[in-house]
Amino acid sequence: MTLSDLNTPDIDVDLLIIGGGLVGSVLAVALENTPIKTCIIDKGEDIDLSDADFDGRAFAISASNKNLLAAIGLWPVLEKDASPILEIRVSDGPSLLALHFDHKDVGDQPMGIMLENRHLRCALRDRLSSSQRARVLAPASVEALVNAPGGVQISLVDGRVVRAQLVVGADGRGSQTRAQAGIKLTRWPYPQTGIVCTVRHQRMHMNIAHERFLPSGPFAILPLTGDALGVQNRSSIVWTERADLAHVILDLDEDAFRSELMRRFGDFLGNIEIIGSRYAYPLSLQFAERFVDNRLALVGDAAHGMHPIAGQGLNMGLKDVATLAQVLAETYRLGLDIGGSQALSQYAKWRRFDHAAMLLATDMLNRLFSNDIAPVRIARDVGLAAVNAFPPIKNLFMRHAMGVSGDVPKLLRGQPL
Amino acid sequence: MTQQSCDPTEQNTSPQPTSGTVAKDEIARFAKISDQWWNTEGKFRALHELNPLRTKFIRDHIARHFKRDPLEERPLRGLRVLDIGCGGGLLAEPMSRLGAHVTGIDAGATSISIARSHATLMGLQIDYRHYSPELLANDGEIFDVVLAMEVVEHVADLSEFLSISSALIQPKGAFFLSTLNRTLKSLALAKLAAEYILRWVPAGTHDWRKFQKPSELAAYLRPLDVHVQDLKGMTYSPMADTWCLSDDLGVNYIMYANRSL
Ligand SMILES: Cc1cc2nc3c(=O)[nH]c(=O)nc-3n(C[C@H](O)[C@H](O)[C@H](O)COP(=O)(O)OP(=O)(O)OC[C@H]3O[C@@H](n4cnc5c(N)ncnc54)[C@H](O)[C@@H]3O)c2cc1C
Repeated sequence: MTLSDLNTPDIDVDLLIIGGGLVGSVLAVALENTPIKTCIIDKGEDIDLSDADFDGRAFAISASNKNLLAAIGLWPVLEKDASPILEIRVSDGPSLLALHFDHKDVGDQPMGIMLENRHLRCALRDRLSSSQRARVLAPASVEALVNAPGGVQISLVDGRVVRAQLVVGADGRGSQTRAQAGIKLTRWPYPQTGIVCTVRHQRMHMNIAHERFLPSGPFAILPLTGDALGVQNRSSIVWTERADLAHVILDLDEDAFRSELMRRFGDFLGNIEIIGSRYAYPLSLQFAERFVDNRLALVGDAAHGMHPIAGQGLNMGLKDVATLAQVLAETYRLGLDIGGSQALSQYAKWRRFDHAAMLLATDMLNRLFSNDIAPVRIARDVGLAAVNAFPPIKNLFMRHAMGVSGDVPKLLRGQPL
Repeated sequence: MTQQSCDPTEQNTSPQPTSGTVAKDEIARFAKISDQWWNTEGKFRALHELNPLRTKFIRDHIARHFKRDPLEERPLRGLRVLDIGCGGGLLAEPMSRLGAHVTGIDAGATSISIARSHATLMGLQIDYRHYSPELLANDGEIFDVVLAMEVVEHVADLSEFLSISSALIQPKGAFFLSTLNRTLKSLALAKLAAEYILRWVPAGTHDWRKFQKPSELAAYLRPLDVHVQDLKGMTYSPMADTWCLSDDLGVNYIMYANRSL
């Protein structure tokens, strides 16, 4: 069967992105100033996020991904709500100043920026709703997917038919797109849960992030932008806890929850007050056995789920986007097949090293942190430093290895496609 | 001149593109492997890997020559492009997607039928013909751009091939040619290593004596009013496992020329 034997599609695009989360949406925006026509489908409701309650979730975005946001034109919208991380203080247990990293040691760029989920999502939604090239269908989901030699024909549950040269699976950890392509998943569950919330504190955070290694897992305090008065006194908390304890903690009343938090947070920022809701995320590390298939590419959590120990989940997803967008733009502009095996293997090859390195680093870190022997505890801080706080070392290593697999993608250098 | 095709798998299709410029043993050699044209890991793997590079060289020169933006949606729109020795359509398809009206000719009937069905699958309209350049010239056809990629090393009479090809270029039109240089390096790399050691291309694909030096091609073209404008090497970097354009013309090279009158 060929595509021409099938029904004429209702929507004819170059690229269909399944999953309009952060990663899928950034991909569509990144491709906006190329000739590639995209369509995003998401099973979720198209909720108006601008009215949504403050939801408390925030991301630490790496410097190279900040370049990506700038290159695709989102930075001007996000800048006022982004909080730079100028220093990272890592400590093991109660010692507060075991290690200290300052952005001035490594250049004049901040080590990363803190961005709240709602700001990112609003910026993406606004851009996509006025896009000439990208179309968003939500709620919508796939009923059937036929992979014919010249492209893919996708029937949606609502009866509409989409035709595309390539499908991108950006549908998160439980990706059905991945499962339907028969791509296996390797998974390491951790008996840990991530508790996420936001606090207001008495003293200013001075744009310093803290990462603390407590017996039940890492505890991070991440500086957010100020409140309406411009006082730098809000931080995002990512608190890893043993899974069995986590649900007990989450069920505590406000005062009891606050005092559990204080015990870990300390009083160096004065009094703290919890604002917004508490969120719980079961943690696991998972990797798709391959990131591409016949006319299919996986990006973001659909391809790899990180332990948030290194806060790299979204960062890895955005690097997938930078790489895939460049491969697709170049392939399209040469008149070559964007869903062809050449383009797909170029993407897979380009990302291979980074994925393997991150898998190794995360796994190593986890081994270190589930151990309490003294020399290992010292090595922990150093290990964390390598992954989290010293992007130049990592970049050096990466650049070296990338001499073999290609250059750093343009978008990550802040250049347009 | 015989009217019998050397393609063992082909049916009696007409017209038969046989002439002095088409080497019969070459057609037979390609016919054996032509079902592999679109297998990126098969016998034409090296050609697939070269394809983005030569496509970029061609697109960028055409865009500059015809004053277009190479990054816009269809930079070749409206241009008539002839692909001589189009094989399975590896280059004709991208030219068509970039907006050109493409005519692809090849001496192998199997290749042409593969090219045709592949274009249909991809939803592209390309005029593929089992035809020769001299037949096109007899028909009085003329093109804005003529491509002769990796063919001159396979033709029987180079001088005749080049004069007929040149006649098919519109005055002020563009001509692209890529082939292998006749150097010791190309003998070692392209012929011996690629055919016998790395097995990139089937053994016996190339006859080193038919390889041309860029200066020899330029000398053939000059009296035909076709002048070389740019010349680049296409070199393989084993470390990065990629091909790139370079100034090393020692093995594979690509040439861009203009017809003045
Ligand atoms: C506690 C915690 C803290 C974290 N902190 C950080 C951090 O500081 N920095 C960082 O970089 N990362 C962090 N991460 C990771 C980050 O949240 C994820 O990596 C990122 O959100 C993944 O985005 P995504 O778009 O790939 O997937 P998702 O956000 O899961 O989006 C998937 C989308 O696909 C849609 N969908 C799903 N299935 C279908 C279907 N069948 N059909 C149609 N649509 C479908 C969903 O509705 C959703 O919109 C953290 C994660 C956790 C758990």
